[in-house]
Amino acid sequence: MSAKKLLVGLTLAAAAGIVLAAGADLGQAEKQATNWTAIGMFGAFVAFTLWITKWAAAKTKSASDFYTAGGGITGFQNGLAIAGDYMSAASFLGISAAVMASGFDGLIFSIGFLVGWPVVTFLLAERLRNLGKFTFADVAAFRFQQTPVRMFAASGTLVVVAFYLIAQMVGAGQLIKLLFGLEYWIAVVIVGGLMMVYVLFGGMTATTWVQIIKAIMLLGGATFMAVMVMAQFGFSPEAMFAKAVEIKTGIAAGAGKSPEEAAKAGFSIMGPGGFVKDPISAISFGMALMFGTAGLPHILMRFFTVPNAKEARKSVLWATTWIGYFYILTFIIGFGAITFVLTNPQFLDAKGGLLGGNNMAAVHLANAVGGNVFLGFISAVAFATILAVVAGLTLSGASAVSHDLYATVIKNGKADPKAELRVSKITTLCLGVIAVLLGIAFEKQNIAFMVSLAFAIAASANFPVLLMSVLWKGCTTKGAVIGGFLGLVSSVALTIVSPAVWEATLGNPKGSAWFPYASPALFSMTIGFVGIWLFSVLDGSKRAQEDKAGFLAQQVRSETGIGAAGASGH
Amino acid sequence: METSLAQRIAAHPSYRELKARRSSFGWWLTGAMMVVYYGFILLVAFDKPLLASRLGEGVMTLGMPIGLGVIVFTVVITAIYVRRANSEFDRLSDEVQQAMSAPAPAQKGGAR
Repeated sequence: MSAKKLLVGLTLAAAAGIVLAAGADLGQAEKQATNWTAIGMFGAFVAFTLWITKWAAAKTKSASDFYTAGGGITGFQNGLAIAGDYMSAASFLGISAAVMASGFDGLIFSIGFLVGWPVVTFLLAERLRNLGKFTFADVAAFRFQQTPVRMFAASGTLVVVAFYLIAQMVGAGQLIKLLFGLEYWIAVVIVGGLMMVYVLFGGMTATTWVQIIKAIMLLGGATFMAVMVMAQFGFSPEAMFAKAVEIKTGIAAGAGKSPEEAAKAGFSIMGPGGFVKDPISAISFGMALMFGTAGLPHILMRFFTVPNAKEARKSVLWATTWIGYFYILTFIIGFGAITFVLTNPQFLDAKGGLLGGNNMAAVHLANAVGGNVFLGFISAVAFATILAVVAGLTLSGASAVSHDLYATVIKNGKADPKAELRVSKITTLCLGVIAVLLGIAFEKQNIAFMVSLAFAIAASANFPVLLMSVLWKGCTTKGAVIGGFLGLVSSVALTIVSPAVWEATLGNPKGSAWFPYASPALFSMTIGFVGIWLFSVLDGSKRAQEDKAGFLAQQVRSETGIGAAGASGH
Repeated sequence: METSLAQRIAAHPSYRELKARRSSFGWWLTGAMMVVYYGFILLVAFDKPLLASRLGEGVMTLGMPIGLGVIVFTVVITAIYVRRANSEFDRLSDEVQQAMSAPAPAQKGGAR
């Protein structure tokens, strides 16, 4: 696909308010010449992480080691790992590309992804740690009848993980084709294979450390780029913005615009443009991002890897700090790409577009400020990023199957820990194979909606059930399960009939989508919450009495941690 | 946890204080975060020219410091919560834990 088509695709996606940022669609990419420096650096990263996996494997004996690294991760380490889960390749490449293309609008994206974290800190982090053991279902099902709630939570987890995973795999294939010059399917198989090795042998310990190392590499690399850019302008934002406006004006003038129009187009990067078209879409999309963060199973799972509530809360503060810092860096990198990349014929094709497409903004900038070796480093970091995120997702899906479905639902909570561990490893293998197959199957599909769908489902199904079960005494088994499934089904259904899927992916004519807004969250979250409330209030069963009677003990434990499972090091 | 222990904890003054203070503080801060974020989004939706208005002679616009401000606010408000939780809430929580691990459910003197 040509760079121009990519640009059009990017603009369309941004106009539809689709999440480019959290991880997903990097569009179709051209295969580049094989980049041996990048492959060498990536090889070194893989060798190092495999050595860590070997070390982690020796420590991974019990189910607790496998699911939660034995609860022995510190708040600072966990903060880096959470930040790593969140700073995916597309959030690095996608946001910097969006900033390069439309300036301020890129910042609106980043802010949406950041603002969920305080809410997680204030309402959930400590309570999750005090109530849960391995999965968020431990918390959601704490005082309820186990089987139905676990089945809901496992569905919520697997659906979110599936969409997120497909998006990451397709992104991985495209990105690696672009950066390393490898075939798409080879890239997907490498990601799937390495991810299975990390999770199978090293469990949560390896998954966490791979994520931490990658987060440090990504933050270090991005810092270097941002500092190099700012140094060119004497660390004056005004000078950087002025140069960027000048260049954008020049490009617009070169495209045949009158001087007045060109000046307007150039200055447009300094204020909001077409990203937010109608207020309802904007708010709905904002809700999906804000509350989806609090319902992503692979993120929630990380709160069980720290020894206590205090470390849980510290870890979110560190995560928020790193992610906020990272988004400021990507903003500078995006403007740096305007000033260094768009002006350098070395990085442009005949039509003035970016070689390899807009998502290469940060990669070309790496070359411009740090030469070929740094280019290789950034490419390797981007690959490592996908690998680490995919490993976390798989582990979270595997725990939902082994801990929630197998151990609790099928074996009634009496599963042999060894058997449970075996089930999670078999599930990891299955998920790995499925992820590779789906990644290959979806190569040519427009999957831009998948990450925003994952966030919308997390916000409409997982988050309401979690919040209501923890904070509202009147919530019952029936209410949580019916309301949760209503949120799940409505968010998926509304996404299918929204323009992003109905028109862009299924190819129906423009304007035929039944649901006009960019995100279903405003409606599906309401459906989820009202469903939980209504079916809880209407629930007159004997079980409902038990559910409500269990609230006091649950609340005491969620507030104080007395009786909470497992401190570290066992 | 047995119900009697839960009831004993629930009746402890430090626990009640912890629960009330943390809950109201948490909801206040959540409200503040939502006002700031949705305020920003609504500003983007309804008053684009305001955010694109120049601050001085140069190209700097009002939107830039506001956008950056939202990012900084997000980190700072999280830090404010964690700071108070690390000192005040943890102290109250420790008081509850100590009272419960004491051999008899004796009345604690002077704890507040």
